[in-house]
Amino acid sequence: MNSPPLRLYTFAAPSRFYRLAGRAVPWFWAAAIALALAGLYIGFFVAPTDATQGEAYRIIFIHVPAAWMSMLLYLVMAFWAGVGWAFKARLASMVARAIAPTGAMFTFLALWTGAVWGKPTWGAWWVWDARLTSELILLFLYLGYIALVNAIDDVRRADQAGALLALVGSVNVPIIYFSVKWWNTLHQGATISMTAAPKMASTMLTAMLLMTLAFWAYAFAVVFTRTRAIVVEREAHSGWVAELVGGRMHP
Amino acid sequence: MRDLFLAVLLRDLKLASRRRIDSLLPVVFFIVALSLFPLGVGPEPQMLRDIAPGIVWVCALLASMLSVGSLFAGDLADGSLEQMLLAPQPAIAVAAAKSAAHWLLTGLPLIVATPLVGLLFGLSGPALAALLAGLLLGTPILSLLGALGAALTLGLRSGGMLLILIVLPLTMPALIFGAGAVSNVEAGLSASGHFSLLGALLLGTALGAPLATAAALRISTE
Amino acid sequence: MNWGSASAFFEMGGYGLYVWGSYVVAALLMALEPWLVHRRQRRSLRDAARMNPGNEAES
Repeated sequence: MNSPPLRLYTFAAPSRFYRLAGRAVPWFWAAAIALALAGLYIGFFVAPTDATQGEAYRIIFIHVPAAWMSMLLYLVMAFWAGVGWAFKARLASMVARAIAPTGAMFTFLALWTGAVWGKPTWGAWWVWDARLTSELILLFLYLGYIALVNAIDDVRRADQAGALLALVGSVNVPIIYFSVKWWNTLHQGATISMTAAPKMASTMLTAMLLMTLAFWAYAFAVVFTRTRAIVVEREAHSGWVAELVGGRMHP
Repeated sequence: MRDLFLAVLLRDLKLASRRRIDSLLPVVFFIVALSLFPLGVGPEPQMLRDIAPGIVWVCALLASMLSVGSLFAGDLADGSLEQMLLAPQPAIAVAAAKSAAHWLLTGLPLIVATPLVGLLFGLSGPALAALLAGLLLGTPILSLLGALGAALTLGLRSGGMLLILIVLPLTMPALIFGAGAVSNVEAGLSASGHFSLLGALLLGTALGAPLATAAALRISTE
Repeated sequence: MNWGSASAFFEMGGYGLYVWGSYVVAALLMALEPWLVHRRQRRSLRDAARMNPGNEAES
């Protein structure tokens, strides 16, 4: 018997995703570790010391990639949530839910490293500069999304409400960023920009890029694993899960 | 569509007129919350004048958010929300009407109460005018966004706090521009940029929020 | 190579606490998160198994 033609949306079947993702995850981990090692090697052993900030600037190899990931993941999450809502694609909604905690983690990490970088460089654990403040608001957006989808018991309603919130949030992110920048330039006190600092030697940029790719691979690994868990949770009563866990379906 | 809009709006106003004390609660909260600040930070006049724009806006925000939580609750409970959504006209009329009702019942009273607050905090004439103008533009934004939050969290146990968490970040630009306008005026600078941005925000929110709220109502009631 | 000695590497020009503080927190978070996800996955498989018991009694 011929196997049915492979169509793009067959990958959208949760069972299919479960198997494929399961095979892909170890490769993502391997990539994440390899890229991180390369990035950190260049960042610590090749990139020179910064003239103004000394060695403290090396926090940038975590801070900036984490910030980029936090913003990127929010948009990706909103995208898949929107797809899930518009096309009633269950798997897309599951992926969106799986992304949120990882995105929030990166946001927190960006904030933490921003604070720790700020202390030796600018003398305070926190400065209300435009980038950090926007990052803080992004954390609130993530937490709001997570709180909303967790508060709704009905899965379909939760997915759809979350999608709407995430899309509204995405539209607002540029507005919020612009208004925070505006606010920051008005209150001349703390206008030190966290990322304006070192004139980037190309080795520093390379290290940052490698770390970003490493975080990307990490995100894939963790998000796919979390999605697999969600798939099993939601499809627990279906035949393929029954087979998977070794039982047999009730007649 | 205008008929549905007016019907919902007038109904809300009539219901509120029957429970006048309840309708005044947001304003009372507004004033009480504002009074906490001098008690907390001290009565030094210049400092109070400095922080006044910010804390007035924050208290207006909180008062709005607290009162918007129950925007759809009554209608959900007595079945009228379902009826409204069954109407042939688009749900966007319902969303817009409820937002307008909320503004008339919470936002507008807050604006009316603000001169009193100006007195309490020693705001100069121009500063007070800037504050009022900003609130006039900003409180509708709060009502529109609050309605969206109320629709999303309809019927949930943790509704109130959850609503505040999800809506507050979206209102931050309005807060920044509104409070910033007053600070500018107090510093002798022009606030026209702030007002333009607030106006643009209001326009954008008025165009987008009722649509999103209507979608949220459908999501929450299906 | 940037570092004269291992101790210079750890000190990071006096900023050791800050730099390593950041990296340690990052490493902790990126170890904790996968571990929690792994636990969740095991739990969901266990729950699914409980919902789909094997029917040894079936003839």
